[in-house]
Amino acid sequence: MERDGFLELRGIASRYGSNEVLSDIDLSIAKGEFVALLGSSGCGKTTLLRLLAGFISPSAGQVKVRHRDVTHLPPDKRGMALVFQSYALWPHMTVAQNIGYGLKLKGVSRAGIASRVAAMQSLLGLEGLELRKPAALSGGQRQRVALGRALAIDPEILLLDEPLSNLDARIRLTVRHELRALQKRLGITAIHVTHDREEAMVMADRIVILNGGKIAQAGTPEEVYNRPASAFVAAFMGAENVLSLNGAPEGGEFAIEAGPASAAGSVPLAGRPLTAGPVEARFRPEAARLFAESEVAVIGPGITFKGEVAAVSYPGGHWRHVVRLGQAEVMADAGHAFEPGTRVAVHVPAESLFLFNSPSAAPASTVSRAPTGRVYA
Amino acid sequence: MTASVMAASRNPLAALWWVPRGVVFGLMAFFIFGPLFNMLLWTVAEKWYFPYSLPLEYGFGSWAKVFAPRGGAVESLTNSLVVALLTVVVSLALAIPAGYALARLKLPLRGLILLAFLIPQAFPNLTVYVNVARIFYEIGLNGTIPGVVLVHVSHGLVYAVWIATAAFSAIDVELEQAARNIGAGAMRTFLDVTLPLAAPGLMASAIFVFLESLDEFTGSYFVGAPDVNMLPLLLYTAGAGGNYQIASITALLLLVPSILFMLIVERFLKADVLSRVGH
Repeated sequence: MERDGFLELRGIASRYGSNEVLSDIDLSIAKGEFVALLGSSGCGKTTLLRLLAGFISPSAGQVKVRHRDVTHLPPDKRGMALVFQSYALWPHMTVAQNIGYGLKLKGVSRAGIASRVAAMQSLLGLEGLELRKPAALSGGQRQRVALGRALAIDPEILLLDEPLSNLDARIRLTVRHELRALQKRLGITAIHVTHDREEAMVMADRIVILNGGKIAQAGTPEEVYNRPASAFVAAFMGAENVLSLNGAPEGGEFAIEAGPASAAGSVPLAGRPLTAGPVEARFRPEAARLFAESEVAVIGPGITFKGEVAAVSYPGGHWRHVVRLGQAEVMADAGHAFEPGTRVAVHVPAESLFLFNSPSAAPASTVSRAPTGRVYA
Repeated sequence: MTASVMAASRNPLAALWWVPRGVVFGLMAFFIFGPLFNMLLWTVAEKWYFPYSLPLEYGFGSWAKVFAPRGGAVESLTNSLVVALLTVVVSLALAIPAGYALARLKLPLRGLILLAFLIPQAFPNLTVYVNVARIFYEIGLNGTIPGVVLVHVSHGLVYAVWIATAAFSAIDVELEQAARNIGAGAMRTFLDVTLPLAAPGLMASAIFVFLESLDEFTGSYFVGAPDVNMLPLLLYTAGAGGNYQIASITALLLLVPSILFMLIVERFLKADVLSRVGH
């Protein structure tokens, strides 16, 4: 893989009137890489995709493919195929005509088009539908035709604009894997826009999280999940429990002062640039461990809070508790249920406790808390 | 049934409700179909005068007279069709680019531009066409087919542009973007995607323009006559001269395309296009 310079974005900015939709986007994408652009609505992810496709011109910056500047090329000269969220199939053309249109433009012979269309149909499971019009197809079939139309021209770069969001939840799960397997097999570079965290995690080699038109973090799914760079990313990736603590770095550790509901503790700094003072602590409900207060919790590094169970529910697989810690409330999972009113200890292991200096806490509050742990915005 | 019986038992007059309804529908049918039927009778009447309510003799003698070389009907019919077709061609040639621009581009004063096409209809036709005739006379367009076509275009353009604009705005921009994305240039996209999708709407606008042109009297009279005679003119002359057979046959000739085209329009003009007319 040529790590540098297959598809490069340098200092991309885009404005709509006085409104800055994108700014300072620097991204380098390798050939064959599957990159997910993840963010809530209005974060600029679709704008970025349309900018790549050539429907929008950036107000600053450059887009380069193989070191060639394509920033101001018209959409039809870019060799990037976009799968639209609405699929945008041409209603007056049959399935075969839709898929074959790009080849017809390239001047491929009629026989060549027919064989390529047939190959696309068998690849995507669309056999026998070649004479249907889009109106006579199901949602899943339309999505496949849209994908087939994009893949038929053998694009170097495949752009996907939430192509799964109009599918039934059950089909969506299988299509995710099919799409990913197909992309790997064909070796296409893919850029996938989505607001679904799980979809991005499952499909992508690399996730680029956008917030307010800027890249909040870019990294492998494992990196953004376990080492969020900011409170926003932590919250977006499901660490919705938030508490404020005080502490200071001491050697290689960050020492946390005892608070009204917590015992003192310390966690390894692990290269995090934390400074002394108030910090925002975030963790996922499933990362916390719950004990009866009377039980002695002797476990590894981390921090233990004490509180009272306020509510308990069973979302499936584990029991989810709402635990009141003084003024704050957090959610914590456990293998068995604790009755409301029980005094409990909540232990968060050091590796699952995300700490950020408090000033960066502001944007995190924009993420709403969803009971399933997924964030849809 | 039971409802009406119950209503009748409450109010004896309600049982007679069908009387005013029957009268209203009967009158409506009479006013719509009466004149049409009368016209049809006249086209095949050989002899029909005052005290008799039906023709005394039937026959196709008047048809022969109308279509005789000296009857003028063939010439008028040809003129009318040629002018109507040319009007459609010129109007669409102007309305397609104009409608596309009005639908797709963010034009300032877009509403005002759309309204401007109404201006030829906003003033009394007579005043306008008398002056048009005078100007056309000076530049040698009076009494020529192009002159009449120009007058009809100015009249029909409002339908053509408004409906074309609506037809183009009804097409999702993403359908065009999908074609651009897959490698089609702007013109190719327009020909392969936009135009076929707008075709039903454009077809409907063509039909409206065609019918408008076929019917148009004032402009045809002032600009065309006496060198270019049109069908409505023939109808007028025959009607004014008391020759009801010829007037009726001419009227029938005018009516047939209207009815045919209304049926086609009804098929082609879909609600999503109609709802965008004038927006």
